[in-house]
Amino acid sequence: MNNFKSYVIRFLVKVSALITFGALFFIIGYILYRGVPSLRPSLFEFKYTTTNVSMFPSIVTTLMLVFSTLILVTPIGVFTGFYLIEYAHRGNKFVEVIRITTETLSGIPSIVYGLFGMLFFVYRLDFSYSLIAGILTASIMVLPLIIRSTEEALIAVDDSLREASFGLGAGKLRTIFRVVLPVAMPGILSGIILSIGRIVGETAALIYTLGTATKMTDGLFSSGRTLAVQMYVLSNEGLHVNESFATGVILLMIILIINGLSTYLSNKLTKGRID
Amino acid sequence: MDKLIIKDFDLYYDDFHALKDINMNIAENEITAFIGPSGCGKSSLLKSINRMNDLVEGCKITGEILLDNKNIFDKDVDVNQIRKRIGMVFQKPNPFPMSIYDNIAYGPRTHNIKNKAKLDEIVEKSLRDAAIWDEVKDDLKKNALRVSGGQQQRLCIARCIAMKPEVILMDEPCSALDPISTTKIEDLIHKLKNDFTIIIVTHNMQQATRVSKHTAFFLNGEIVESGLTNRIFIEPEDKRTEDYITGRFG
Repeated sequence: MNNFKSYVIRFLVKVSALITFGALFFIIGYILYRGVPSLRPSLFEFKYTTTNVSMFPSIVTTLMLVFSTLILVTPIGVFTGFYLIEYAHRGNKFVEVIRITTETLSGIPSIVYGLFGMLFFVYRLDFSYSLIAGILTASIMVLPLIIRSTEEALIAVDDSLREASFGLGAGKLRTIFRVVLPVAMPGILSGIILSIGRIVGETAALIYTLGTATKMTDGLFSSGRTLAVQMYVLSNEGLHVNESFATGVILLMIILIINGLSTYLSNKLTKGRID
Repeated sequence: MDKLIIKDFDLYYDDFHALKDINMNIAENEITAFIGPSGCGKSSLLKSINRMNDLVEGCKITGEILLDNKNIFDKDVDVNQIRKRIGMVFQKPNPFPMSIYDNIAYGPRTHNIKNKAKLDEIVEKSLRDAAIWDEVKDDLKKNALRVSGGQQQRLCIARCIAMKPEVILMDEPCSALDPISTTKIEDLIHKLKNDFTIIIVTHNMQQATRVSKHTAFFLNGEIVESGLTNRIFIEPEDKRTEDYITGRFG
């Protein structure tokens, strides 16, 4: 009987894994199958025209949006996480409020952020459709992700390590930067990678803030479109569906490269002095 | 010569009165053992001596602990200096997840020794003094978490003595270790008393008789009896001490 049960469970586990991998490979395979044949040099021309539907301006805009957002939001998010776990007293009312807010914010659909960004940054602050409005909206959107993952990574660090460091006469700052941070780094990094994915894949929140201009953004106050928005617009117009898939291929590659780069950087920053 | 003098010391965790009117002298370059059942306050006292209890929320103390006749709770005392002079070895080995070398060098670096040659010298001497140099000398770059539990605990002792403390507090340093590692650490503790004043908290009464010169017996937050280890274990004055050491409770 037990044998039969374990057989069934093993079967179910394997089938689930198979379905997951199957779906993933099918999606990636289909994008490559549709996209790769449509990759033409003209898709990477410097300027977008209605005939070449170049994605080059979008690539630049995407990278600018991702990096600016991360530069703005990573320190704020990570330090907030540090405050909540390492500095704030447990049971502090203020901390509870921050926690409830971040949890609520992380569950809100992105179109709500888009609407807020449009009404507040675009109209109220009169930024119009611009990179800065996109960056700020994307920042608010991923901030809870980074705070939560930092918090969880810090909670997972064994208190005995903090004790050991304090016991050796190290202060709070040294303990955090030399002992806690290196251990928590992979967890914090996974939050940052999730954020990158969320920004790169975002359309709803960006259409109404960053806009859909086809030119390359040439400053904080100029509009543009990211690759995901480009895909959305192209497939919506219905004339360039294959080019839309080609854009998807490039999007996949960019995500791969950024993730690899972040892992490499964090290894350089922390593990370098460890192993 | 008394290295530490504990005077009229009381400790509370919120409303719980954990230590009651403790008075005790700790002799220099000797080993003192704190024994008693779980929850009797011996670890709380130990953690007060290097002010690790500062980190516990809701912990309040009254009274004095004098290190070389200076109260460690005085306003002008730098707590990090106290912890440099009074090192601590914890119950569970807790090496940092970094190389063996960096573990040992952590304390000296914290206290502003940056010279590479000087650090090399301290690392080697500390590891030798902790009787683990021969086992790890070829692997100083290896992650400290990859050595055995007993070796980790000796690394933690080496890390502690690398700061050149005057006093070493040990909170049940062998309770997570096998008998062979325990023997090694006890031998080590014996050797270390030439250079350090050592206080060891232990559940294991044989260990107290093996390593310590003085013993204090704690019960319900009070010191029931303290004095020479030989005397306490052979002819205890208090009935409760006798009951405890003969295994009638605890």
